[in-house]
Amino acid sequence: MAHAIFFYVFSTIAIISAIMVTASKNTVHSVFFLILDFISVSCLFIMIGAEFLGMIMLIVYVGAVAVLFLFVVMMLNVAQQKNQWFLSSQSSRHIPIGLIIGTIIFFELIIVIGGWKYKPELFEKANSTSSFEGISNTHSLGQILYTDFIHIFQISGMVLLVAMIGAIVLTFRQREGVKKQSYIKQISRERSEGVEVLEVQSNKGVKIDD
Amino acid sequence: MEYVSIIFGEVYKILFLLVPVLVSVAMIVWLDRRVWAFVQKRQGPNVVGPFGLLQSLADALKYIFKEIIIPSSSNKVIFILAPIVTMTLALVAWAVIPFSQTQVIADINVGILYLFAVSSLGVYGIIMGGWASNSKYPFLGAIRSAAQMVSYEVSIGIIIINVLLCVGSLNLSDIVLAQQNLWFVIPLFPMFVIFFISALAETNRPPFDLPEAEAELVAGYQTEYSGMMYAMFWLGEYANILLMCALGSILFLGGWLSPIELYPFNLIPGALWLAFKILFLFILFALVKAIVPRYRYDQLMRLGWKVFLPLSLIWVVLTASYLFYFNLLPTN
Repeated sequence: MAHAIFFYVFSTIAIISAIMVTASKNTVHSVFFLILDFISVSCLFIMIGAEFLGMIMLIVYVGAVAVLFLFVVMMLNVAQQKNQWFLSSQSSRHIPIGLIIGTIIFFELIIVIGGWKYKPELFEKANSTSSFEGISNTHSLGQILYTDFIHIFQISGMVLLVAMIGAIVLTFRQREGVKKQSYIKQISRERSEGVEVLEVQSNKGVKIDD
Repeated sequence: MEYVSIIFGEVYKILFLLVPVLVSVAMIVWLDRRVWAFVQKRQGPNVVGPFGLLQSLADALKYIFKEIIIPSSSNKVIFILAPIVTMTLALVAWAVIPFSQTQVIADINVGILYLFAVSSLGVYGIIMGGWASNSKYPFLGAIRSAAQMVSYEVSIGIIIINVLLCVGSLNLSDIVLAQQNLWFVIPLFPMFVIFFISALAETNRPPFDLPEAEAELVAGYQTEYSGMMYAMFWLGEYANILLMCALGSILFLGGWLSPIELYPFNLIPGALWLAFKILFLFILFALVKAIVPRYRYDQLMRLGWKVFLPLSLIWVVLTASYLFYFNLLPTN
């Protein structure tokens, strides 16, 4: 019974906060609701015994991705833009696109869940590999990832690497005339390069630094 | 009826853990100030109680009776939520710390991931506080702190992978038991040093206390806080420092294990050994605070991304290949 109570509590929080992500006027509040959603989903993961996935969800999504979301939202002042979206007459342009994407996702979910329920033989392969008896969640995940799905795993790693390099290439720019601190240069400086004794004639001055 | 007894049993256990943790947080604040003072040839707080031991209690009383000021232009809900989040996350992580083979509240399979997750959530208290204050210095402090904590988490994560390679389990008790013959501080000494420095940065301690650098940012994200809310930030920060020390002693210094398995040392209970190790690491933290000047912000980022990250990655490859070559990989 306790299990059911916790399940309903977490799933209610997840659904309500998911609705609030889109419904709240303040964009920063939206991101905080998104974080709450992530946290309750990871609680649900832990409840079905996928503790590794739940923790990774917390670390990756809440600990890193949502922090970057918050950064962007706080720095760019998206709150005002969003208000303008709601108020102005042009806002109707975005709603049809959103509705189309929403329906597509809805039907995809129906197909997947319906297939799972009525055509279980299609999902047999995934089920047979994941049923390891007597080993922990983490071990079985590792065994599947590094044996059956090793190629997909490696390819997704390469895709992520390419995406990372692409992001760096897009944002990298060489700026001219920026003074950079070079530790090796600083350490290897000799007295003869740094200090020079000059005869200064009176009323003439001396020009350094050229 | 069954549930009631379970809940009471758990609450009793939790209180039995949290009260000592909070008391030791108060003591450790005093110790921090004392060590800092001794390095600088001062006395430090030595008036309230014997050796000034009750100084933190007096400070706490002072904070409780001070007025809490909420800025009128702040986002009030998030402003109040921020210190609560900091404090809760700092305390919640203690659930998985094993004080001996049996003395642990939640002996979960993925204990180390839980600790890592909770410590990576700690940044939210600071961001929320900085943003909700609706003021320049807190916001700048929050941005700095978020960037800093996210960067150093990466190297801490990779150091944890190093240890996990040698253990073969994510359970904290298993990690301690794997060190029965040899503490990991000896084979993984460079990782211990990097972990220690990253822990300093992760908990915003000097020399990486840029989020609250008083010379540039007044008090950073805490600028607008007063009274008990400030004290909660402060308690959460020190509880986090203690937690990092505990994590360091579990990963590298053998947790509750005694250094020598001989007669007089065996009598000391494991929890006490863990406390000694935490205390040792904390005194190191306090000494670093006293003797090292503050980093510049770009130096801090350079250290995290260009020095620690490659070094710890190389060490992962080294550890893995060593274990593989000599067939020492743990199997279970």
